[in-house]
Amino acid sequence: MSAQSSAPAKPSAAQRAVRFVLPIIVFAAGLAAWELVVRVKEVPPYVLPAPSAIFLTLINDWAVLSQSLATTLLTTLEGFVAASIGGIALALLFNQSKWVEYSLFPYAVVLQVTPVIAIAPLLLIYLEQQTAVVVCAFIVAFFPVLSNTTLGLNSVDRNLAGLFQLYEASGPQTLRFLKLPSALPYILGGLRIAGGLSLIGAVVAEIAAGTAGAGSGLAYRIAESGYRLNIPRMFAALLLLSLAGIVIYGLLALISHLVLRRWHESALGKES
Amino acid sequence: MSDVKISSGVEAGLTALAVSLRDVTKTYDNGVMALGPFDLAVRKGEFISLLGPSGCGKSTALRLIAGLGAPSSGTVRVSRHEGAAQPGHGIGFVFQEPTLMPWTSVRENVRLPLKLARVPKAEARARVDEALASVGLAEFTDAFPRELSGGMKMRVSLARALVTDPDILLMDEPFAALDEITRFRLNNDLLALWRGLGKTVIFVTHSVFESVYLSQRVVVMTARPGRIQADIRIETVEPRGEEFRTSSAYADYCRKVSAALAPSYSGQSML
Repeated sequence: MSAQSSAPAKPSAAQRAVRFVLPIIVFAAGLAAWELVVRVKEVPPYVLPAPSAIFLTLINDWAVLSQSLATTLLTTLEGFVAASIGGIALALLFNQSKWVEYSLFPYAVVLQVTPVIAIAPLLLIYLEQQTAVVVCAFIVAFFPVLSNTTLGLNSVDRNLAGLFQLYEASGPQTLRFLKLPSALPYILGGLRIAGGLSLIGAVVAEIAAGTAGAGSGLAYRIAESGYRLNIPRMFAALLLLSLAGIVIYGLLALISHLVLRRWHESALGKES
Repeated sequence: MSDVKISSGVEAGLTALAVSLRDVTKTYDNGVMALGPFDLAVRKGEFISLLGPSGCGKSTALRLIAGLGAPSSGTVRVSRHEGAAQPGHGIGFVFQEPTLMPWTSVRENVRLPLKLARVPKAEARARVDEALASVGLAEFTDAFPRELSGGMKMRVSLARALVTDPDILLMDEPFAALDEITRFRLNNDLLALWRGLGKTVIFVTHSVFESVYLSQRVVVMTARPGRIQADIRIETVEPRGEEFRTSSAYADYCRKVSAALAPSYSGQSML
């Protein structure tokens, strides 16, 4: 999980281990300090629960929390899939016709710059709750896919395009064998952003939706636990949300790496 | 210049023309006149070089011949081979850059023109292998472009241009970015290929030495807008090899071509 290779020299195994171990030590130290402060000062759990208490809540409330996690993840997945398909499809449409692009692009921008938290209540009026939540996730996540795919489709090598023209490639052939592969690194970059954003969209919409019964997501659990001053559960739900975000990002980064590793600069090792 | 044209015209009566350009001009949208008026007749099987300073329109001429753009005026005629098994293209094009698809293997890169023409896989495979063998890359079929050296990439590019078995090979400064030793080797390989395959080659270069070494005819172009400054026939003992490169005849031709090229560079302080 090395994010950047800053030094030209190859990092040794020890250096890499240090990079991996240091954040863990910081994390452990932080938790220990937190636990200590709570215990020594006898801070009540409704003000600040100790890490151990949060962990216990996570285990004891697992039935409720896991169901909420599943709900949120499903919403996120639906929003993400919709955003991916919608973003790529719209970008392809823009690429085929300048007129369509000129006509629609400003609205995509408007949708992107309007805060989703402000759109959510309106959507909740007109749509069924579950649909509204997915639409929110979609709205937040689709723009990076659209703009990245558009950028990718426009970044085709000019000479390669000339070559396809020379060999009289049809439109679909050019799309399949030239434009989409050229755009792939950009698309994957867009998807990586969209994964995290669709989780954010889902959470925002869940909070906006507020009251709901069974089958509510993690964000709803957080809001609900807040009203009940069940602070440990708030933390536990928050923890799950963070973990979900990390896993989503990690998965998409892994997929991107596996797809691009043979040819794209971004996925190649430092040695070549 | 004019008598050269007449002589090639006479010969054209005997041997059919592969490419002919008549009064061709090209003016770009921004008003820059890149070419012309430009006349060129290339016989079938001939190896000619277009030589000229940067920006003289030689690449433009090549792109017009390839059909990558239309002339502003004049006519471009390219003979297409009749009754050819594969659809369409009598033309192979090698760009200055290798212009390979980085996301796929050498084999798939070379197969591209056949794939676009929907040639059946088995047949395509045989032809790809043949093309790669002809440029000496038979063992590298599964490598990815970035795993290859600059010279090897250029060979892949050449194999791709040859895979459709075109009558005409257009090459746009293909070896300009390579080191001298690699360039000499590719020059020799290209000559061997040309002798073996009997294709018409139009080779754009800004190197006097390369043009004299390779071609039967060197067409020297003026600075923009490109016109023909001189048309010099290189006659020597065939097949050419390294001994030609060190011969006095070679040096004489280089001097002659350089002299013809000199006016094109006058007044071009930028270069």
